[in-house]
Amino acid sequence: MKSFNFKSAANTKEATKLASGRATFLAGGMSLIPAMKLRLAAYSDLINIKKIKGLSGIKVSSKSLKIGATTTHAEVAASKEVGKSIPSLSMLADGIGDPQVRNRGTIGGSIANNDPAADYPSACLALNATIHTNKRKISSDKFFKGMFETDLKKGELIEAVEFEIPEKSAYAKYPNPASRYAIVGVNVAKYKNETRVSVTGAASCVFRSKELESALSSNFSVSAIDKVNISDKNLNEDIHASAEYRAHLIKVMAKKAVSSC
Amino acid sequence: MANLVGAKIERKEDKKFLTGKGRYTADINLSKQTYAYFVRSPHARAKIIKVDHSKAMKAPGVIDVFTGDSVVKDKIGGLICGWKIVSQDGKDMKCPPHPVLAKDSVNFVGDHIAVVVAETLEQAKNAAELVNVSYKVQKSVTRTDEATKFENIHEGIDNNLSFDFLLGDKGKTDEAFSKADKIVKVDIVNNRLIPNAMEPRAAIGDYNASSDELTLYTASQNPHLDRLIMSAFNAVHPEHKFRIVSPDVGGGFGSKINVYAEDVVIAYASKKIGRPVKWVAERSESFMSDNHGRDHVTHAELALNSDSKITGLKVDTIANLGAYSLVLAAVTPTYLYAPLLLGIYDIPAACCTVKGVYTNTAPTDAYRGAGRPEATYVIERIVTEAAKEIGMDQAEFRKKNFIKKFPHQQCLVHNIDSGDYDAHLDKAIELSDYKNFENRRSQSAKKGKLRGIGFSTYFEACGVAPSAVVMSIGSGVGLWESAEVRFNATGNVSVFTGAHSHGQSHDTTFAQIVGDKLGVAIENIDIVHGDTDKGPFGMGTYGSRSLAVGGTAIVKACDKIIAKGKKVAAKMLDGKPEDIDFKAGEFILKNSNKKKTIGEIAFACYLPGTFGDVNSPLPEGVEPGLIETSFFDPSNFSFPSGSHICEVEVDEETGETKLVKYTVVDDFGTVINPLIVEGQVYGGVAQGVGQALYENAHYDKSGQLTSASYMDYTMPRADNFPHIALDYTCTPATSNPLGAKGCGEAGTIAAPAAVMNAVIDAVGTDVQMPATAEKVWKALKKNGSKKAAA
Ligand SMILES: Cc1cc2nc3c(=O)[nH]c(=O)nc-3n(C[C@H](O)[C@H](O)[C@H](O)COP(=O)(O)OP(=O)(O)OC[C@H]3O[C@@H](n4cnc5c(N)ncnc54)[C@H](O)[C@@H]3O)c2cc1C
Repeated sequence: MKSFNFKSAANTKEATKLASGRATFLAGGMSLIPAMKLRLAAYSDLINIKKIKGLSGIKVSSKSLKIGATTTHAEVAASKEVGKSIPSLSMLADGIGDPQVRNRGTIGGSIANNDPAADYPSACLALNATIHTNKRKISSDKFFKGMFETDLKKGELIEAVEFEIPEKSAYAKYPNPASRYAIVGVNVAKYKNETRVSVTGAASCVFRSKELESALSSNFSVSAIDKVNISDKNLNEDIHASAEYRAHLIKVMAKKAVSSC
Repeated sequence: MANLVGAKIERKEDKKFLTGKGRYTADINLSKQTYAYFVRSPHARAKIIKVDHSKAMKAPGVIDVFTGDSVVKDKIGGLICGWKIVSQDGKDMKCPPHPVLAKDSVNFVGDHIAVVVAETLEQAKNAAELVNVSYKVQKSVTRTDEATKFENIHEGIDNNLSFDFLLGDKGKTDEAFSKADKIVKVDIVNNRLIPNAMEPRAAIGDYNASSDELTLYTASQNPHLDRLIMSAFNAVHPEHKFRIVSPDVGGGFGSKINVYAEDVVIAYASKKIGRPVKWVAERSESFMSDNHGRDHVTHAELALNSDSKITGLKVDTIANLGAYSLVLAAVTPTYLYAPLLLGIYDIPAACCTVKGVYTNTAPTDAYRGAGRPEATYVIERIVTEAAKEIGMDQAEFRKKNFIKKFPHQQCLVHNIDSGDYDAHLDKAIELSDYKNFENRRSQSAKKGKLRGIGFSTYFEACGVAPSAVVMSIGSGVGLWESAEVRFNATGNVSVFTGAHSHGQSHDTTFAQIVGDKLGVAIENIDIVHGDTDKGPFGMGTYGSRSLAVGGTAIVKACDKIIAKGKKVAAKMLDGKPEDIDFKAGEFILKNSNKKKTIGEIAFACYLPGTFGDVNSPLPEGVEPGLIETSFFDPSNFSFPSGSHICEVEVDEETGETKLVKYTVVDDFGTVINPLIVEGQVYGGVAQGVGQALYENAHYDKSGQLTSASYMDYTMPRADNFPHIALDYTCTPATSNPLGAKGCGEAGTIAAPAAVMNAVIDAVGTDVQMPATAEKVWKALKKNGSKKAAA
């Protein structure tokens, strides 16, 4: 790791002011620090945002669940409010990494990082989330742009993620046996007027599966998935899974999610 | 005193290890210490045109940069192959030069080119980025089965063939096959593994110019051998002025046997700059540059007669040596492999060829089991297929062919002294509830899972030693072991062993042996190892040899202590030495109540007295002190054996395999500490399961190692395992007085075959290791599974 300055921000304003030039935000550090240790990334300053009051915490209303950016995966997994309103989200948080990672990693960091195999981005897309930043509100459909790429501008800080509470939802993850990130993760959420299905791990960026959504919107059942044809075009290929296998797993995980809804 | 041998005594070393107080090489920091960072090849194969380190030399904090030119100039020798194999045509194996810093060419990703030494690690790393190496990149080969067809990667080594080894009687074997009623064939890939010791390799060189003393701290399984090799072959420093310390070492699995380039270079760099130089491998360096293991491609055939008896075995293997040949690289796939192919079956004729090939991959060498897991995998896969093809029960077919009488001279090399193979198989069948397997299979089917069962009845040759044998087949050194038992005047005991503990629990096991032998409480016995300045030269720990060979040396040294003690006791008790009995720590004069404890005798040996007292307790001609040294060179290997039975469940939709039941019954001869042996077996089985289901070192077409981190290299984890049921049978070894056979590698040797036989039974068609979910899914699909195809 190359040397850097460490600064703690007291509030959002200070944080965004400090995050100029070759500086960046530091939340749980579970993605940023490994990248710096491997010298894949280097920064002049890290701006710690964990001390900012009001950036962490969970609020539920009748329609939505709002989670502060620095809320850890462990806090989400343990939260009664989350468990009651969107149980699939507690399960998802509980399945991220290991206890150390869950105790440090944050929802804001996970989404800002947008790892193609991360779990939270799939929840944002399926649960029609709105990303609140210090500047604006971004719909999750517009937020995830590509591999490790989001709609965030330089110095823009995520403050909270607001999920729309579904009738029912489930997340099924087929973990990479080595890293235990998703080889394929399918997130299904059923709303009154639509069913949203997102897929992580399978391509360069999390995406919504139109095929699965239309099949499940007309008939929310496992058998509806049987008839869906998932193309392996544009899916990832690596030493753990071919595109063909990933396409197959998308269906298997979708069925698993629907049957546990 | 209750017997210590055979008791489940908790490990003496647990306290320091479990409380984070172990002292590993990386924990050692010396004053005026500097830091080293290696420049490594990013290419699988390239000519080096120029190494320009001028910019790095000027970088902040840099003390010096050493390159291939520096080591040539200072006449530092290259790395050696320690065991020479002779090819079928009578010619010696071919070894390419293996410089400690590459000068003209690089041959695998991670090959060592230069080292930067700086005041801080960060400065060393920053400067290493400034070392400008110009390469002419060349085409490379990584695949074992393509090596002989590829252009020569080393000058003068045609077809990249190091050796073409033959063992066995080809004529007799061909005859057996021509008469066979049935011939069974299998094709096998034994996947390449990366050892992944928890502690990465590390070295600190500390040269003192005023005394001309060089100390090297290094994570090694055999510090004495390291010193010998570095003095004699690498010309680093003369042996008498050279001390190697291998303090606590966090796992070796064979990957810390070799003298590595980094060891030599760090010792050399410290001499050059006159300050301590520290290097600790980063995990990615471990993945790239620790010796890898396995990597065979094999075709095997088994001949059977109409009575279901095995009449012959033919095996042809290509073994990937990697880019160079390391210390045990050549013996591992030959003499440690081929003789073991016979398994525990009475096979009258066999013949095996092994082609050792060079490729542009990390060098391979011994990895837990070293040759024996590969051999066991071949024989246990083909025996399983044979039983299936002739429609016979797996256990019954095995028993029909087991060796029944001992000693048994096998048709290849080994003369097995003892064993009872029916006994451990019967016990395993009982323990695993084999008779109800079909019920369990249908239970699983109800849950939508395919259940399979696999057997692996293995043996191995342990206690790598008999010097006369190993030297006659190419070893550069005899493999005896040493021990010194030193009574301190106050009655406690320091035991120095040439073996080295890096997870084997010698501190406890050896203390149990000494405690029983000498009647001393275990707390009063200290086992000392890992420092060439303490204790006699020894060969180190690998090949499950420490107890059978090193433990026996300790027993022999204890016998000498007792013999001397009897002489001293005789004088003190007014008797004759032959009238002294030694029991439970006491020397007793026959037919009397006169006795002395061993502590009193030890004290007397150090001649305590008051001023002017001239009465020595020592008889005429007996020297003061109570210290004895012994060297043990056994007459034969030892041959542990056992039965593993594995059950798996395969998910038809995803292809994922789950281990659901695992049973092990081993015959390790005498077991000194069942608790420690259990630990060795659990760990060994986990590593074997790792090979079967998860682990794989993968190089892509351009020769990049794509499994170079834990993000991509799958280690087995606790949640991959069910309870492992363990039990033992015992036929003592006859080649050492302890009757011990060795247990350190057994789990790793037997498990891959047990697991894969179970997977293949579940899937119904062939699958190669590692049986990853995708591979199994593809096999299921090919085999017509509707669920897999859906
Ligand atoms: C061993 C291990 C296993 C893991 N397994 C999984 C897994 O199974 N599934 C999974 O999804 N993830 C996994 N992760 C990743 C983990 O969830 C990370 O914690 C997460 O991706 C990043 O969160 P963080 O708070 O640690 O962010 P950091 O590492 O601190 O930051 C990541 C990036 O986000 C930026 N950032 C952070 N907070 C904000 C904000 N509020 N606004 C704008 N930008 C911000 C930072 O500047 C940085 O660029 C794993 C990580 C490890 C180390």
